[in-house]
Amino acid sequence: MSSGVGYNDQTGAETAVEAGQETTPTTSSSGAAFGLFSADFKKNEDLKEMLESNKESLKLEAMKRVVGLISKGKNASELFPAVVKNVASKNIELKKLVYVYLVRYAEEQQDLALLSISTFQRALKDPNQFIRASALRVLSSIRVPIIVPIMMLAIKEAATDLSPYVRKTSAHAIQKLYSLDPDQKEQLIEVIEKLLKDKSTLVAGSVVVAFEEVCPDRIDLIHKNYRKLCNLLVDVEEWGQVVIISMLTRYARTQFTSPWKEDAVFDENNEKTFYDSDSEEKKGPTEAKPYMMDPDHRLLLRNTKPLLQSRNTAVVMSVAQLYWHLAPKHEVSVVTKSLVRLLRSHREVQYIVLQNIATMSIQRKGMFEPYMKSFYVRSTDPTHIKTLKLEILTNLANEANISTILREFQTYVKSQDKAFAAATIQAIGRCATNISEVTDTCLNGLVLLLSNRDETVVAESVVVIKKLLQTQPTQHSEIIKHMAKLFDNITVPMARASILWLMGEYCDRVPKIAPDVLRKMAKIFTTEEDIVKLQTVNLAAKLYLTNSKQTKLLTQYILNLGKYDQNYDIRDRTRFIRQLIVPSEKSGALNKYARRILLAPKPAPVLESAFKDRDRFQLGTLSHSLNVKASGYQELSDWPAVAPDPSVRNVEVIEPVKEWAPSLGKAKQPKSDAKFYSDDEEKEEEGSERSTSSEDDSSSSSSSNSDSGSEEESSEESEKTSSGSGGSSSGSEKSSSDAESEQRQKKKTKKRTRKPAASDSDSDENGNADQASSSATESSSESESDSGSDSPAPQKKAEANTQPKMAVKSKKEVSLLDLDDFSPVVTNAPKPSVISSSLLSDLEGLSLSNVSSAVQVTSPSFGPVKTYELLHHMTGKGLAAKYHFPRQPCLYQPSMVSVQVILTNNSDHALEEIHIGERSPASLNVHCFNTIERLEPGASVTVSMGVDFSDSTQAANFQLCTKEDQFGVSIQPAVGELLMPFTMTEADFSREQRNLQGMNETSATVTMATANTPRQAISKQVLSVANVGAVSSSQDNMLRFSGRTVSSKALLLVSLDLKDSSAVLLTINTEKTVMASMLLRDLTRALAQA
Amino acid sequence: MIDSLFLINHSGDIFLEKHWKSVISRSVCDYFFEAKEKAVDPENVAPVLQTPHHYLISIYRDKIFFLSAIQTEVPPLFVIEFLHRVGDTFLDYFGECSETVIKDNVVIVYELLEEMLDNGFPLATESNVLKEMIKPPNILRSVVNTLTGGSNVGNTLPTGQLSNVPWRRAGVKYTNNEAYFDVIEEIDAILDKSGTTVFAEIQGVIEACVRLTGMPDLTLSFMNPRLLDDVSFHPCVRFKRWESERVLSFIPPDGNFTLMSYQVSSQNLVAIPVYVKQNISFLEAGSCGRLDITIGPKQTMGKTVEGLMVTVHMPKAVLTVNLTATQGTHTYDLATKVLVWDIGKLNPQKLPNLRGSLSMQPGAPKPEENPSLNIDLKIQQLAISGLKVSRLDMYGEKYKPFKGVKYLTKAGKFQVRT
Repeated sequence: MSSGVGYNDQTGAETAVEAGQETTPTTSSSGAAFGLFSADFKKNEDLKEMLESNKESLKLEAMKRVVGLISKGKNASELFPAVVKNVASKNIELKKLVYVYLVRYAEEQQDLALLSISTFQRALKDPNQFIRASALRVLSSIRVPIIVPIMMLAIKEAATDLSPYVRKTSAHAIQKLYSLDPDQKEQLIEVIEKLLKDKSTLVAGSVVVAFEEVCPDRIDLIHKNYRKLCNLLVDVEEWGQVVIISMLTRYARTQFTSPWKEDAVFDENNEKTFYDSDSEEKKGPTEAKPYMMDPDHRLLLRNTKPLLQSRNTAVVMSVAQLYWHLAPKHEVSVVTKSLVRLLRSHREVQYIVLQNIATMSIQRKGMFEPYMKSFYVRSTDPTHIKTLKLEILTNLANEANISTILREFQTYVKSQDKAFAAATIQAIGRCATNISEVTDTCLNGLVLLLSNRDETVVAESVVVIKKLLQTQPTQHSEIIKHMAKLFDNITVPMARASILWLMGEYCDRVPKIAPDVLRKMAKIFTTEEDIVKLQTVNLAAKLYLTNSKQTKLLTQYILNLGKYDQNYDIRDRTRFIRQLIVPSEKSGALNKYARRILLAPKPAPVLESAFKDRDRFQLGTLSHSLNVKASGYQELSDWPAVAPDPSVRNVEVIEPVKEWAPSLGKAKQPKSDAKFYSDDEEKEEEGSERSTSSEDDSSSSSSSNSDSGSEEESSEESEKTSSGSGGSSSGSEKSSSDAESEQRQKKKTKKRTRKPAASDSDSDENGNADQASSSATESSSESESDSGSDSPAPQKKAEANTQPKMAVKSKKEVSLLDLDDFSPVVTNAPKPSVISSSLLSDLEGLSLSNVSSAVQVTSPSFGPVKTYELLHHMTGKGLAAKYHFPRQPCLYQPSMVSVQVILTNNSDHALEEIHIGERSPASLNVHCFNTIERLEPGASVTVSMGVDFSDSTQAANFQLCTKEDQFGVSIQPAVGELLMPFTMTEADFSREQRNLQGMNETSATVTMATANTPRQAISKQVLSVANVGAVSSSQDNMLRFSGRTVSSKALLLVSLDLKDSSAVLLTINTEKTVMASMLLRDLTRALAQA
Repeated sequence: MIDSLFLINHSGDIFLEKHWKSVISRSVCDYFFEAKEKAVDPENVAPVLQTPHHYLISIYRDKIFFLSAIQTEVPPLFVIEFLHRVGDTFLDYFGECSETVIKDNVVIVYELLEEMLDNGFPLATESNVLKEMIKPPNILRSVVNTLTGGSNVGNTLPTGQLSNVPWRRAGVKYTNNEAYFDVIEEIDAILDKSGTTVFAEIQGVIEACVRLTGMPDLTLSFMNPRLLDDVSFHPCVRFKRWESERVLSFIPPDGNFTLMSYQVSSQNLVAIPVYVKQNISFLEAGSCGRLDITIGPKQTMGKTVEGLMVTVHMPKAVLTVNLTATQGTHTYDLATKVLVWDIGKLNPQKLPNLRGSLSMQPGAPKPEENPSLNIDLKIQQLAISGLKVSRLDMYGEKYKPFKGVKYLTKAGKFQVRT
């Protein structure tokens, strides 16, 4: 820097400052007049003084405070003159802070900003590359139109700078200049063209950003640089990678033909084919596949794949979208695992990734199905993440996994987050329409939710049920009736409106109820919400047409109310309806068609994903995330029917082009020599070479050109060798990897196929893949069944949604998962309805002392016990069945447990020939009740049957048949019901107990809910759980019960030691240890709740 | 790309703004405040928002919203990732990322932001490069600086930017050469009511602290690399070496960095270190409920479980709790309804138990769902997946470095449904 010029410059600045100062006194005095501003002025005044002092440290301090002001968004622009003259300071930190200030305020103080320009112009010639770069950076950030020519010049110069860092800065400057003055476009494109040829990884990202900003449509500029960009990609810094990948995605869509046409066949069974590798396709027998992927297309896919392992989530996402938009369908799945990995990142990342997965999963279920569990919702997830996960789970649902998903949904419905619970109900509705097998199950589940305590849940269920009923209204008059009953208790307008609509639409099915509902509505019409009023008017109109005798007056009343409503919509609707349905001289021709207009069959609404139409946007973009076209969004073009000339991508030198000719694919034999280790070093050397070679680049372009050719070639070669040796090593590993994770195997296989594959390798791989996937399912089912067995049957509190579980189970022939193994866990909740107080009072009468000491008496039979639901009348189309265990010895066979079934006909027609059909397991020994010929509406009948449970709590499944229908039902015995009381003396009891010690003894200490529970109450609890007999006891603190298992007559002894006021030591002695532990659990629970 | 950045604190004050292009008025944040108001919980604010002229992409971390205003199409993850990088850099420089610390160091923050973005496009995000340009604050230096008028801004310009190992600065020198690796694994799991595993997976990271002179080339190999299913690497790791030989070969950055993160293949059964016996019930009629939680060791591989902590988000209706713990302390935050039971070390002989009653708002309906339990724990000297580092070799330098590997297992998102 020449000091002379610097000095002149400074004086120039100073004069300006003085000029500025001259004006300040007036402003400050006026400021003082307004007391409010004076403080501010004072402050800036002393800053100004500090800035003008001679001490560096004071200046620095002042600048720091100025930056503080800027950061808070406070205006510090009046300090501009004082600050700007420090631009040439020697203190780097001071200078940087001045730059910060300058960039921030130059736009507002254009004239003064010009004072600093000469400093930058000088710095642009500095021998230090960083000073050049930072000067260019600041110069181009000063948004002052007058200096556009200076900037242009500086950019052009910097673009040919020897330092790649300066060239990078010039690429950034291009965008700044463009936004300042778009007229410079043509000149800037020239610079971009030049910079695109740059071989430095440093420049590549930045210049592509400039390209995207300035001339994204000039695709022709990319041709020659395409291969270079592909090859450099791995070494470009991460942010540049994102931009390059998205640019190349667009490029590829215009230049290559679609790889999807031939693959369309694979769309469904892509799981099998996806292990096939890329290169195979290229080198495989051409006659089999007329489609040949352009080698450049393949190059892009191959070079971006390693980036899936990047730590930068944006890079991973951009590779994923590249594969989604460009790769053959069966290759897209390689991105799955990486996307799932991103779900462990920050919440915001999850949000975006889940959105993209939601879109992908609509089209390609198979991609994400293996990772279904990764989308399970945690209660701590934010709501928007929860709903997205729900969306994806719904998209992934199919016949095979629906039972698992519904089970998961059941947990979600109970969520405290009501918005999420409502979304879950919607999701259940969507599953129901998409998968016909579970429609009934879902519908029943939803009906049960109608009795939920939370109103939003009920309302949402009503709305969803309405939609479901529309798809199949024929069989569901029951549900409509049920909803009519609920109507009075529901207050959510949307739900009320839905019920009214249903009434109207299917008024012929509920001919008695609908007019009554209308009557009720007429009473409270004025207090309802608008949406409810509209539906009331609709209901009135429809009823008027079908049942005018009963509803004529009501309809007129409602129409009159509607006529004077405050809402014009309602007034309009009323007027319209009146003209339509009430015949009058004015009403004209339409009146005749009123019935056809109002009661036309309506198409059922299609419940579909909110992400249905998102695929019109490129994945990973802002537009996709918002589902709105963002400004500056570049449409992804369709594949061209015929590929444009691929030779445009050829670089002048001929040799590398030959490499790429597809016909020479065979020439790509792996040179699996030991060169592999040197690979990396070679690359590095190459990199350094590259930077040196780029230095002399500007001097001799021709030499650098040939240079580039050979360079490219060598990198090609090294890549090939590495992949070759990689392949062989993995090949040797292959045998062992069979037993290993199949995930790894995927990778391996893929790598392996990179070798020129023999023609038979295809089938081989499919075999492998099959094997792997089948083993995967096997293991997963195993683990499920495991977990099932070691945590037996949690007796869930009776909950509305036990119903769907049962039904799901009865459909197990369709579910591929090993549901039957698992089912005991889930399905065994036979509504152990809370013992009512009346029951307790019943028990009161039971005296325990009546047990005689006679050796073998069969039982004090134990009054009416818990009743379980066998078949809900919604499911049974009117037929309801309940069962209970009467605890009497079975008449038919001693090894059977007797069960009483109460059948009730809730439908409006008689049911005929009720009997028991098929049962499972087949070995199950059931004594059926005699066929009931006819059951009148409203009548009920009690029948008894005997079931041999063989001392296990496995459910007895059988079909309850009527003349027309069959319903799968199951009886799930509680372990206590598999016992018979066995009477013995205390001495006998003690003797037997001694014989059954060690392994045959299980015990636990139970803490009672309330202290000092009377013995009476405790024994009542025990007797209510298990069908055992009390043994008279001489000890005050001991309670003893004895029983035998029904089937194998094994002795079972229960003793309770009342240790202190609240703790009880519970001991069970029996050979049947499994039963003992189950009984122990049941008893513990019963006692703890007592 | 990124036009402006606003830092907003928990209560909605904008305490820092920075513009890389033309100034965007801070009134643009009003749209964000509106959304924030609606979302109630700051975590529920959608990360991407649309306003008439701008798009707002925000992240929320350490009680600060990093809000960026954008004018044109840009991959949202690009912005989110960058914003997190900014947060990480603050953490790296100041030890924490909080409003006070940012306000105290506003000049450095500004200098950093200036270097990290140019015209909205990331320029230098590598911590090694940044530290060469802008020295992190420390007390000694700031004292010296005030006396001598020296500065925080490095006089030497970063070399890393230009080399082909941009993450490592040249001329590193240490008297004690050491390389430490921490293998940290987290268990993510959902257990259902009965203790059955609904979902479990292990994910791990290898955090490295490398202080080695010169340009060392390290190779880290594992006893059982097959365990690793899905991996992502620091850019320094040579991916080809990993693909072919399953070893990590790299020239390390100087200082602390995350070498790799991985997921353990889903085939391996995940060992769940503790079991939880819980019984939370709300009585139908009375306005009270009961809670009883016991934790015991399950598969701990003979190590002790430490730092055990249970967090329960109670339903809104729970007013107070009256609990006794046999071990550790428990607190119940009345405002957020969060019950935290800090247990500490798990003693297998005497299982910690927390029991007592919950008193509910009178008249409130019985909560539909029992709250789930979030478990936090630590096990020292154990990688629960069984991953083991077999050896670390160094090439390229003559000296003998001191090497060390540490293992740690933590609970990630470990949830027990009740």
